[in-house]
Amino acid sequence: MGKLKHLLAATVALSLAGPAVAAAEDIKMGALATLEGAFTALGEDGLRGVKLALEEFDYMAGGKKIELITGSSDASPDSAIRAVRKLVEQDKVQLVIGPLSGSEGLAVKDYAKTQPNVTFLNGSSAAQDTTLRSPAENFFRFNTEGAQWMAGLGEYAYNEKGYRNVAVLAEDYSFPYTQVFGFLEPFCRLGGKSAIDARFWVPIGNKDYSSVIAALPDDVDAIFVALGGADAVNFLTQYEQSGGDLPLIGGSITVDQSVLGSKGKARSFVVGTPSAGPVSDTWDDPRWKEFVGAYQKAFPDGFPSPSLFAHAYYVNTKAALLALNEVNGDLSDGEKKFREALSKLSFETPTGMVSVDERRNAIADIFLTEVSEGPDGNLLNKTIKVIPQVNQTLGVSYDKFLEYGQVGRENPTCG
Amino acid sequence: MARVMRNFVERHTFWAIVLLLVVALFLLMIFAVWPDWLVEAMGRKKTFVNTLLNGITLGGLYFLVASGFTLIFGLMRNVNLAHGSMYLLGAYIGYEVADRTGNWFLGLAVAFVAVALSGILLQVLIFRRMADDDLRQTLVTIGISIIAADAMLAIWTGTTYQFSPPDWLFGATTLPVVSVVKSSGAAVYIKYPVFRLVVLAIAVAVGIGLWVFLNRTRIGMMIRAGVNDREMLSASGVNVQLVFVLVFAIGAGLAGFAGVIGGTALSVAPGEDIRYLLASLVVVIVGGLGSISGAAIGALIIGLAEQFGLAYFPTYGVVLTFLIMVVVLAVRPQGLMGGR
Amino acid sequence: MDSRGLFSGSFSIKDVHPAILITAVFLVAYPSFATDFFIFQIGAYSLILGTIALSLMMLAGYGGMVSLAQLTVAGLAAYLMAILGDNSMGVMGLGWPWWLTVIVSVLGAALFSTFIGAVSVRTEGIYTIMITLAVAVAFFYFVRQNYVLFNGFTGFAGVEPPTLFGIYWRDPVPFYYLTLTVAVGFFGAVYYCARSTFGLALQAIRDNPRRMRALGFNVTLHRIVAYFFAGVIAGFAGVLLVWFNGRVSPGTIGVDVAIDILVIAVVGGLRHPVGPFLGAIAFVLLENFAIDLIDRERFNMVIGTAFLLVVLFSPDGLLGLWNRFRDKFRFRGNALLGDERVSKNDPTSTGSLEKN
Repeated sequence: MGKLKHLLAATVALSLAGPAVAAAEDIKMGALATLEGAFTALGEDGLRGVKLALEEFDYMAGGKKIELITGSSDASPDSAIRAVRKLVEQDKVQLVIGPLSGSEGLAVKDYAKTQPNVTFLNGSSAAQDTTLRSPAENFFRFNTEGAQWMAGLGEYAYNEKGYRNVAVLAEDYSFPYTQVFGFLEPFCRLGGKSAIDARFWVPIGNKDYSSVIAALPDDVDAIFVALGGADAVNFLTQYEQSGGDLPLIGGSITVDQSVLGSKGKARSFVVGTPSAGPVSDTWDDPRWKEFVGAYQKAFPDGFPSPSLFAHAYYVNTKAALLALNEVNGDLSDGEKKFREALSKLSFETPTGMVSVDERRNAIADIFLTEVSEGPDGNLLNKTIKVIPQVNQTLGVSYDKFLEYGQVGRENPTCG
Repeated sequence: MARVMRNFVERHTFWAIVLLLVVALFLLMIFAVWPDWLVEAMGRKKTFVNTLLNGITLGGLYFLVASGFTLIFGLMRNVNLAHGSMYLLGAYIGYEVADRTGNWFLGLAVAFVAVALSGILLQVLIFRRMADDDLRQTLVTIGISIIAADAMLAIWTGTTYQFSPPDWLFGATTLPVVSVVKSSGAAVYIKYPVFRLVVLAIAVAVGIGLWVFLNRTRIGMMIRAGVNDREMLSASGVNVQLVFVLVFAIGAGLAGFAGVIGGTALSVAPGEDIRYLLASLVVVIVGGLGSISGAAIGALIIGLAEQFGLAYFPTYGVVLTFLIMVVVLAVRPQGLMGGR
Repeated sequence: MDSRGLFSGSFSIKDVHPAILITAVFLVAYPSFATDFFIFQIGAYSLILGTIALSLMMLAGYGGMVSLAQLTVAGLAAYLMAILGDNSMGVMGLGWPWWLTVIVSVLGAALFSTFIGAVSVRTEGIYTIMITLAVAVAFFYFVRQNYVLFNGFTGFAGVEPPTLFGIYWRDPVPFYYLTLTVAVGFFGAVYYCARSTFGLALQAIRDNPRRMRALGFNVTLHRIVAYFFAGVIAGFAGVLLVWFNGRVSPGTIGVDVAIDILVIAVVGGLRHPVGPFLGAIAFVLLENFAIDLIDRERFNMVIGTAFLLVVLFSPDGLLGLWNRFRDKFRFRGNALLGDERVSKNDPTSTGSLEKN
């Protein structure tokens, strides 16, 4: 029996242990993105960002070769955990870049706490609590999150546009909660109003907005819309179709390229809609233009211009590579030196300087944009203003910010 | 149809009266100017009328999808869980044609024909090989829908598509219904998207067309005979297999047709296949499997429930339709119009 | 129903096939040579998915009722664990002792399963799959929208098994043995159940409900009781699932995952309780390592094709393929086993899925 067991053990060990053996000098980097399901295209663009950063460094950092191993999720936190566990425990990666979406980010942060010897850098996930409440020591986020993305928009709507009372239409989950909070907090502080019963929370994936549109109040100055992807496309078309005439204010993914550039009806009535976010397609800055050029050259079959996913993955990967250079690839002692370097890192990105705060969340520039008509009739976002160095607590102290409470349907109350 | 109605009135006089009263109440609420207490209780009239119309027009769309599903089941006892995939396939094909030729109607026609052909393929290659084995048919069609969904994702990616129908179909029209009377005495009329009214008109036309086809044509007679007793029909010299293929083609074609209609009214994106499959399932479970009139009633109920849920209690609106289904099952397992 | 099955209820040690012995030794010794990753994410996870699929196999294989809501039942148990026990989200988390939480969660799941059964068994055949699919979707939407009890879209995290006897039960090796115990326990129970009076009646009802009703059997009651048992199995699997993931959210119980469970059970084979576990192992290996072999992007295409090929060409799944291969092998003269053993090892009749 003992012999049999040994034999079994040997054969299985041979077949199981294969990928774990690799050159000791290489650094293994895992990249986690949604490479299946409806968000595949976005995950692929995220990976393009990772590869762009790696190619910039010739796949070398700190004098060591970087080996990239990819993991795939379907945007559910469960699948993200399974994929990242495989990267860490089976493929033995030393650092992870990812994931893509907010709820995945929260799950990966929780997992990071159980793997103190591996360093995690965010991909593009933008949930507030990933770094705000009970952060993980080894989880870094060099991109900004949903509330930060709204920086300046509330002030702009109140001061420049002169809106005083807005209705809200948003999907019913944490990311839009965060965006609504980020928009309303300054807007209401200035004296703006948004009644609780003028906020419409629709289930994610809803396609028929006609009844919601009919229920929107008439006595408001504008509607803040935080919908994404197909939901946003549907709403905009149906709003036009039903003869709606209130001005709109957009969340970060409500009037982005994926919505403005979707196939079909032109949506010229959204011209003039203000919005804010971490990137601006038309920013007239050499750093951004160089990034777009490199992206287009490396990925002729990619998007016409890098998405915010490619950008976020790029920035996080670049941060990891720069920190590796700084410590000469030294990942010993639980990657302690590497993490110190990351914490102190401050570097140029295509969208300006980026550094992290004490909870390892990015402080970076935010772009205030407005939809305008391009030279050949297509719609694009024009940069109105750059809000410099926005931090996660939106300018107030950490303790004061926590007093605002968790984002949700009724935060802020704004009565 | 008239006979069905008379029968219903005779057999269920009480329910007929209730139904009549409900319809009368709705009409009153549509055309009367709302007093203040009603606005207090129900919100604005604009919301109510719009939601009501939305529910009815959405019901029309659901009827288009579900009628094909129920037709196929009614005759052949085939449960085609790839019906949602056919809806989505029709939408994509229709989009490609409409986009390249610039002719929306051509897209509609090609979608019908192409998906009808795919239905014929499915019938000949799969269903005929496993007749009388409905569980296996179900599993096979689940497998097909998994593959089809991934193939369509590969071809048309995750982008959202929207049709550009002719301009006269797009935009809003003013209905002869007063929303509110302003203090100045001027009446504000309700505006409504034209295309949604077109959806309803098409659904009614298709419903009447199916009824005429089934009740007034020779083939329709064969089909109805086949529903009642397949063996007798084939014994009387009819080529049953040919009838099956025809019905499958019509049922699948209707799904493709509905894909273009639905894609124009709303949009086309991955995941719509499951959405419309589920909608069809709930509609036919509520209405009764295999009954066209059941599909019409089920579609109306589900469409209204979904829209009123969304407008008046958005948080749990999506659960409402399923609640209706469970209640119907508990009270009348064969569905409202299903015969046993 | 094949009459041979009626008289094969007896069981003796000499019936134990050497393959079973080897499998048993392998399963017990597995942690001694596998890495933590293989013990936890491959081994334990396969056993959990296999157990959920087992509850479906029991309903579908013996009862002829294909329920797509078994994952939903497991999901309810997982949610109850987070709601009644502890979680780190600051929502609910009543902090009940772990044993009480487990008992109530499993019972809750079993009652939910019974309810689903009661709603769907009044209708026949193909309705079941449609109704259970609809119930699964309804529950998915409900938990996603309800923030008071189920914490909506975000769901719960930080659900941990207790530390008992000085062992932290989420460590790979203890957790593996825990899932193994549960899985083998229910495997044995289902195996035994198939030979019990109840199991035989259930299979007879599957094959000919009208005759069984005429014989005086309460067909509806048998089916509902089967749903209750399946609910207990799925409930326990749900408890293990939430301990495995440490979290539960609407995505855990989505339609796509429910379909995965069906794929696992069907690909593995619905004729024998070992089928779901074979299917689960194949699925989990593919899920984890497909990305190293093929483009992950088309994962669903691979899964869908495998599923379609199995239902088209080998309705008994991997198990059927194995049996066919074995029969062929035996024809070559290697007749180690008597023919009667084949029928004993194959308790369910053939061709049962064709009619219901």
